[in-house]
Amino acid sequence: MSALLSIQNMTHFFGGLKAVSEFSFDVPEGVIYGLIGPNGSGKTTTFNLITGIYNPTQGTILLDGKDITGQKPYKIVRSGIGRTFQNLRIFSSMSVLDNIRAAKQYRAKSGLLSSVMRLPGFMAEEKRIREESMNLLEVLHLADRADDAARNLPYGDLRRLEIARALATQPRLLLLDEPAAGMNPKEVQDLMKLVQRVRDEFKVTVFLIEHHMKVVMGICERVKVLDFGTTIAEGKPEDVGRDAKVLEAYLGRKGAAC
Amino acid sequence: MEYKPVLQTLKRIGSWIVFPLLSVGDIVGRKTGRNMPRLTLAALGIYLYIYVLGSTGVFNGYVMHIINLSLIYVALAASLNLINGITGQFSLGHMGFAAVGAYVSGTFTTLLFKLNPSVPGAYLVFVGAIVAGGVAAALMGVLIGFPSLRLKGDYLAIVTLGFGEIIRTILNNISYVGGPRGLLGIPKFSNFTIIFAAAFLTILVIRNLVHSSHGRAFLAIRENELAAELAGIDTTRYKVLSFAIGAGFAGVAGGLFAHLLQMAHPTQYGFMGSVMVLIMVYAGGVGSLTGSIIAAFSLTFLSEGLRGVLDGLGELTNLPLGDLRMVIYALLLILIMLFRTEGLMGNKESKLLMLPEDKR
Repeated sequence: MSALLSIQNMTHFFGGLKAVSEFSFDVPEGVIYGLIGPNGSGKTTTFNLITGIYNPTQGTILLDGKDITGQKPYKIVRSGIGRTFQNLRIFSSMSVLDNIRAAKQYRAKSGLLSSVMRLPGFMAEEKRIREESMNLLEVLHLADRADDAARNLPYGDLRRLEIARALATQPRLLLLDEPAAGMNPKEVQDLMKLVQRVRDEFKVTVFLIEHHMKVVMGICERVKVLDFGTTIAEGKPEDVGRDAKVLEAYLGRKGAAC
Repeated sequence: MEYKPVLQTLKRIGSWIVFPLLSVGDIVGRKTGRNMPRLTLAALGIYLYIYVLGSTGVFNGYVMHIINLSLIYVALAASLNLINGITGQFSLGHMGFAAVGAYVSGTFTTLLFKLNPSVPGAYLVFVGAIVAGGVAAALMGVLIGFPSLRLKGDYLAIVTLGFGEIIRTILNNISYVGGPRGLLGIPKFSNFTIIFAAAFLTILVIRNLVHSSHGRAFLAIRENELAAELAGIDTTRYKVLSFAIGAGFAGVAGGLFAHLLQMAHPTQYGFMGSVMVLIMVYAGGVGSLTGSIIAAFSLTFLSEGLRGVLDGLGELTNLPLGDLRMVIYALLLILIMLFRTEGLMGNKESKLLMLPEDKR
């Protein structure tokens, strides 16, 4: 297995605060990789650095061997990374279908003139984009809501819509920022199945941040634990779960006052 | 008594009277199973109606003038709606773009007619001048679009406001284009036909654009800029593009305005003018082209109607009621905003402005 995403020596400061410190790791192709850690340990910052929302103060990020450090987010997306957000960022007054179609915009070839005149080439492309988008919605069980305004969807559907939108950019690496946040146990179960299905059907590598231990332990094949911007453990979920440092970070030091 | 079928029949008769061409088109469409250009047919029908009423004298010159003004405002409001409503940026300097179009095309035609009053193909030259004005305004839109990349909301509004004022001040100080006197002696080329065509084209282009990949990029930026960027949309490019297209159509409208009034004056393109257009966008409904059309017509007619009514009442009662015009106008706007915060249309569109594939 080769590394799809490789992060080398990444450091990031917010003013004087070191949010991520000399962070290095590889995400192998095809796995479901989990990044966990207490609040404020730098997980979302890591995602923001990978997707180009922040530029790392130091270090390099390689996607399949290609340096993507410091590129603009839309370029990074186009080179094959899709992501979702912890607090949903849905295009809420657009239809469910248009949420997906917006993410396919960058693949559309029709120019302004042919779009305005609705030439045959444009119409054919629109039809193709519509079909592709509907197929995607079908897989994520959202097809029957395609024409509804996204804001009218229940929370669980919106979470799936975010994943669908990220998949619409046809990524090789899918970053999920706390996909199970705010879900009930049943929804969490469904989500776990969904993530595995998405990995298999779309041939993507999944890299997720999660608080929900059950999700991490249940579906991740490799787990990395962060605390204060540095790695404290990495490995198979069952090993990490027994690591003393991890238990300390999550539960506090033995003998400390309760 | 069953009133629903009666109502439906009345509605059908009504639509036959208002949109005869469209109704024929719909029947042809149903028979042949093809999508008819419904918006074009409806617009053509309305155009013919007004044209006939205007040329037979049922609508006098004054009414036709107000209709022309309304149509220019349709183009201005729709193009501002692309920037403010559809792309979610906030521009307060829309009349600045119109000024560029007005002065570029106006200078061009005035100069030409000074040199040779009987230049052949004058009308084509005029159309060329209008297009040139639109292109110049679009370039200005690109220029102003760049600061918009770093600024959002109120701050962007202030920058665009400043831009509008800069344009006005510059025009005020260039004596070549008349300075504070304004650019005078522009030939009267604008007529109902070309103004209607320009307003229709503005609506058609923006409508079609919204229903394309490009349009979905504009909308996504309005909804959530960061998410749009992470859906692979080049937000920089599309924000500038939105300003450029919006400004281009404003420039065309400005050019037509100057050739209708036969003059261009810096004060016409000041802050109050931009606010007027902005009000139309918000009163009609942000993001709704239908709303922009309705608001442009009703507010222009309202403003003129109030003038007539108040002046008449003022003469009867010998009171200076004419001064109340803007007060009442403002009051009506406050009422609209109080009772319909989302504007007359919200973000809904008339069926005519929808395309067969969307079921919104």
